[in-house]
Amino acid sequence: MAHAAKLGTNVTGVQMSPKDTESLLEAVNEIHPDVPGDTSGLMRERAERASEAERIGSVPLPGSAKGMLKSSMDMLRGKSPEILLDKMGERLAYERNGVRLYDAMIAKVKGSDTPDSELVGTLQHIRDEEYEHMMLVARHIETLGADPTAQTPCADVVGVLGMGALQTITDPRTNVEQCMNALLTIELADNAAWEMLIELAEAGGHPNIAQDFKHALDQENDHLVKVKTAMRRSLIGQVT
Amino acid sequence: MTQLTGILDNKGTPLEKQQFTWKEMAGQPISKLDDDAFTRVRIILMNGVETDALRLKHGIARITGQLRQPLAEIRRVEQHQATMINWLIGADHSPLETTIAYEQVAIEVTAAVAQNEPDPYQAQTYRYGLLEDFDHLYRYSAMLDRLEGKDPNNILQGYTDIVPGRPTSQHHRHPENDLRDSYAKEDAALITKIHAALITGAEYQTHDYYQNIGPLFADPLARQLYAEIASVEEQHVTQYGSLADPQETFMEKWLVHEAMEVYMYASCAEQETNPRIKAMWERFLDYELGHLNIACEYFKQLERRDPAEILGGPLPKMVEFKSQRSFVRKVLAAEVNLRSSGTGYVDKAQEPQSSLDYRNQLNSEGIAADIVSAGYQWAPGTELMRKAS
Ligand SMILES: [Fe+2]
Ligand SMILES: [Fe+2]
Ligand SMILES: [Fe+2]
Ligand SMILES: [Fe+2]
Ligand SMILES: [Fe+2]
Repeated sequence: MAHAAKLGTNVTGVQMSPKDTESLLEAVNEIHPDVPGDTSGLMRERAERASEAERIGSVPLPGSAKGMLKSSMDMLRGKSPEILLDKMGERLAYERNGVRLYDAMIAKVKGSDTPDSELVGTLQHIRDEEYEHMMLVARHIETLGADPTAQTPCADVVGVLGMGALQTITDPRTNVEQCMNALLTIELADNAAWEMLIELAEAGGHPNIAQDFKHALDQENDHLVKVKTAMRRSLIGQVT
Repeated sequence: MTQLTGILDNKGTPLEKQQFTWKEMAGQPISKLDDDAFTRVRIILMNGVETDALRLKHGIARITGQLRQPLAEIRRVEQHQATMINWLIGADHSPLETTIAYEQVAIEVTAAVAQNEPDPYQAQTYRYGLLEDFDHLYRYSAMLDRLEGKDPNNILQGYTDIVPGRPTSQHHRHPENDLRDSYAKEDAALITKIHAALITGAEYQTHDYYQNIGPLFADPLARQLYAEIASVEEQHVTQYGSLADPQETFMEKWLVHEAMEVYMYASCAEQETNPRIKAMWERFLDYELGHLNIACEYFKQLERRDPAEILGGPLPKMVEFKSQRSFVRKVLAAEVNLRSSGTGYVDKAQEPQSSLDYRNQLNSEGIAADIVSAGYQWAPGTELMRKAS
């Protein structure tokens, strides 16, 4: 895979086909939309379908007898403990996906035409911390008496969200900068999500969990700085 | 190439030499940004041809035992050809962008075929279907713009117009009005048989593609739009599928299909601009000559006839892969109000009640094709970038 942007024969724009574009615009000016209106019908219909829709799924009931016992103690503390559980499921899924994204990114950097071993080291460091976070969340889902192997609704949805980053990083044709951009998006969201989760755990009456999560947030802050720095260094380096 | 029988002297690549590796099949995709749109048109079309080669050979194997093994052997190659071709579409194409390309294939290739087709009724049928795929392109373009915020012309590269045709909301007909008369195998030109096999295969894969990707969309209107258009593509398969003579023996159908594959790879190889892809078309042309020769041997054995009875006669020039804008524009102006009645074509005022009733019921809870395209006019860089006038 080659590095960065390159001038070439991109044929997607109208300036690459002026005559055809003229003909196309001529057709557009002659043959008008047959259905009157604008995008408002689409928006209205979407709103209606949203109002009719069933939810994507549910937060599972705590399963084990041991879990039941614990959860009836711990879970009673908050008003709607399933909210915290759902968000913890989300974090577990996100961090687990993050480990795989960093694995893919490391392969990408190693395959680039100028492999940057310092960057590989940084990525490996972040990858290992994502793994720690994943295990940390799994442990605390268990302390709440719940099942860390279940896919909660928020875990499911965050998997959909992560598909773009996954497709970007695993495509052999994308370059390091394009993929660092995907990681930047991941880390920005990761960061804010940990902050939110800590607040949620505190509000739900789980100060011990919140305390453990603060350590993860510190590490996430460091991930964000590292990713931004690597991107800046690489991009600015190419234009100066 | 003016005679197919002439090129049969070329035995092509022997079947046992038609080999692939996994890495080769899942090779480098083309560039969505830098390759010519017609390279992608050929790729989509030939994937359709190959998957139809599988379909036909499975069909034959279901009704006859004696060819089970040779068909299985050739099918394995067709499978790997299809894979190597279809995997050339890169993952940066969203399913909706690939859909735009599928409709471009339907429009540009059907238009080329309609002009080459010597049988006036068959040609009329291609023009009829053409105006529907032309309209699908418009509806999907509106969807792409309004769902993903992308310009369909980035895919079409200026070759194909983006305006309404015969409205999609009116494509839904009672099945009795989707059947067509077939050619008579004794009288029809080889190219007529080739065209029917080609366009049926292409429409089949379009149907299967929409049917498979429709549920991948989250947007309820996109899901419904795919449901609507997939149904029309099934009608198109019904329509084009009835053009071939049902009296043809399975051996005749097999011969025509391999001849079609030969003709199509020759057309692709002749016009391909990407050298890597051109080499693949040439390689597969040789593979198909191998298949055609095997089919000819079985034809001689089983039917005790000369394959030249089927494959003789002149062939017109290769399928032309180029913008058919002016032809499409003419057909649109002259035939947009045609409707079908039984196997014939009538003015929209005479459309049978059976189709009107059928369609009114389907459309009674709303039509995504209309909702997503209301007021949509293509503009360079999407409708959001249209300069305030
Ligand atoms: Fe992180
Ligand atoms: Fe084939
Ligand atoms: Fe279509
Ligand atoms: Fe079609
Ligand atoms: Fe074949």
